[in-house]
Amino acid sequence: MTASETHREIEAVWRIEFTRLVGGLTRLLRDVGVAEELAQDALVAALEQWPASGIPRNPGAWLMATAKHRAIDYLRRHALTDRKHELLGHELAERENEIPDFASAIDDHIGDDLLRLVFIACHPVLSTEARVALTLRLLGGLSADEIARAYLVGVPTIAQRIVRAKRTLAEAHVPFEVPRPAEFTARLSSVLQVIYLIFNEGYSATSGDDWMRPHLCEEALRLGRILAELVPDESEAHGLCALMEIQASRSQARVGDSGQPILLMDQDRTRWDQLLIHRGLAALDRAEQLGRKRGPYVIQAALAACHARAASPSDTDWAHIVALYAELAAIAPSPIVELNRAVAVSMAYGPSAGLELLDTLRDDPALRGYHLLPSVRGDLLRKLGRLKEARAEFETAASMTRNARERNLLLERALSCGPARQ
Amino acid sequence: MRFLSIYKTIESSVPPTPEEMATMGKLIERGMKAGWLLSTEGCLPSKLGARVRRSEGKVTVTDGPFTEAKELVGGFAIMQANSKDEAIELAKNFLSIVGEGECELRQLYESNSAAQSNTDSRPRTQVAQKG
Repeated sequence: MTASETHREIEAVWRIEFTRLVGGLTRLLRDVGVAEELAQDALVAALEQWPASGIPRNPGAWLMATAKHRAIDYLRRHALTDRKHELLGHELAERENEIPDFASAIDDHIGDDLLRLVFIACHPVLSTEARVALTLRLLGGLSADEIARAYLVGVPTIAQRIVRAKRTLAEAHVPFEVPRPAEFTARLSSVLQVIYLIFNEGYSATSGDDWMRPHLCEEALRLGRILAELVPDESEAHGLCALMEIQASRSQARVGDSGQPILLMDQDRTRWDQLLIHRGLAALDRAEQLGRKRGPYVIQAALAACHARAASPSDTDWAHIVALYAELAAIAPSPIVELNRAVAVSMAYGPSAGLELLDTLRDDPALRGYHLLPSVRGDLLRKLGRLKEARAEFETAASMTRNARERNLLLERALSCGPARQ
Repeated sequence: MRFLSIYKTIESSVPPTPEEMATMGKLIERGMKAGWLLSTEGCLPSKLGARVRRSEGKVTVTDGPFTEAKELVGGFAIMQANSKDEAIELAKNFLSIVGEGECELRQLYESNSAAQSNTDSRPRTQVAQKG
């Protein structure tokens, strides 16, 4: 094996093991920054030793054992300043003598460590941006460089953000623990939000020749799957997974050859990824079997599932979709949800029913300047044959959007309603 | 990027022991929990299968068992990986637990992923690992 092949292999092993190393080390060291440094040291040791000694039979265990040695050294070095750590270091060294397979003893804690790491990375003392960066770094194993490319910002910005986040955690003495029951739900929802933000960053970016954008979706999916297994009784975690799997299943069908977005109803459904749909529906089943009241992610996943289950647009169960939007509006009221509900109502019960609901939203300040309101209204009016009004709505919508492609589309629809003066 | 891993091994005449089943179950559970294992299935004995072949317009069906071949498909997995190297590591780890055999790794087509252009096509020769 050439040196470069060995290096590639080490990098691959490293990527697979990184999060477990950081999790295990953080539990011992109580400092995620130091843990990451020592994990990095283990990589350097592997890069130095493996090309000569050969790849060990169990490379992950080797990395873990090496990292633990560094941790013990670190704790000893800092023993004078911290009595508690001294004891810990001592205990650690003894345990290492007792247990021949130290790495496998650590193995039992992996799930707990990962979960604690998730909660630390998404801790409320951090800004949302910092949570996203730290989650991608510590749980995704992405480098600052990769994160910067994905978010189209400079590397120093991301590197700084990560450094500052780790410092904030250390200064606030954030404990490495799973939140107590009283705050668990709120903390979990912050974790779910971070994962969904990462997903959407990758999903809504239709530009990007850069492969890091779809990579963000994959990463969010992976994080979501890991999280759902770490908290298997939390229906919202399965709900988020289901939502992301089903949305991701459409990624190949939602962009046309020239990069134009293709709306759900116009997509070629044979291009939907059946494996992801299958996984999404299974995750939704798991969420619903937990039997508790459905949360926003489970409801949104159920909405996505309605479309995934319909082989063609005309098979869509719109009445069910209307009911789901009503359920969503009851627990997470928002004018956007109402707008979507109005569209679903028009599909299920006809355009005038939709229009009636839509007109209750016309004065909502949250929708002021939102081009989809007149655009949807234009659609419904056109279906009702009120072409002159429809045309005016499309023109209003076109003047509101900043996206050139969308503006053209809206102006085309305005034109399709007939001449300006009748 | 996604890889199909086709596992090939010498067909065993005896069904897997409960221990072997448990080991496999644990392996699958770990892969699912780590988020990289998307789908996997294992094959029943080849005597329950058949080969359907079309050649020069003529279709032939051969019932199992497939005794002439040394190694047969024993199962497959679809894996999510960041690189081919990562997929190779995952396959190695799988083989270290299940034993002798081969995993044929094939990257799967994904139209919107630049993974294709990112593919590292450098050939690789595998050298036995040192202990």
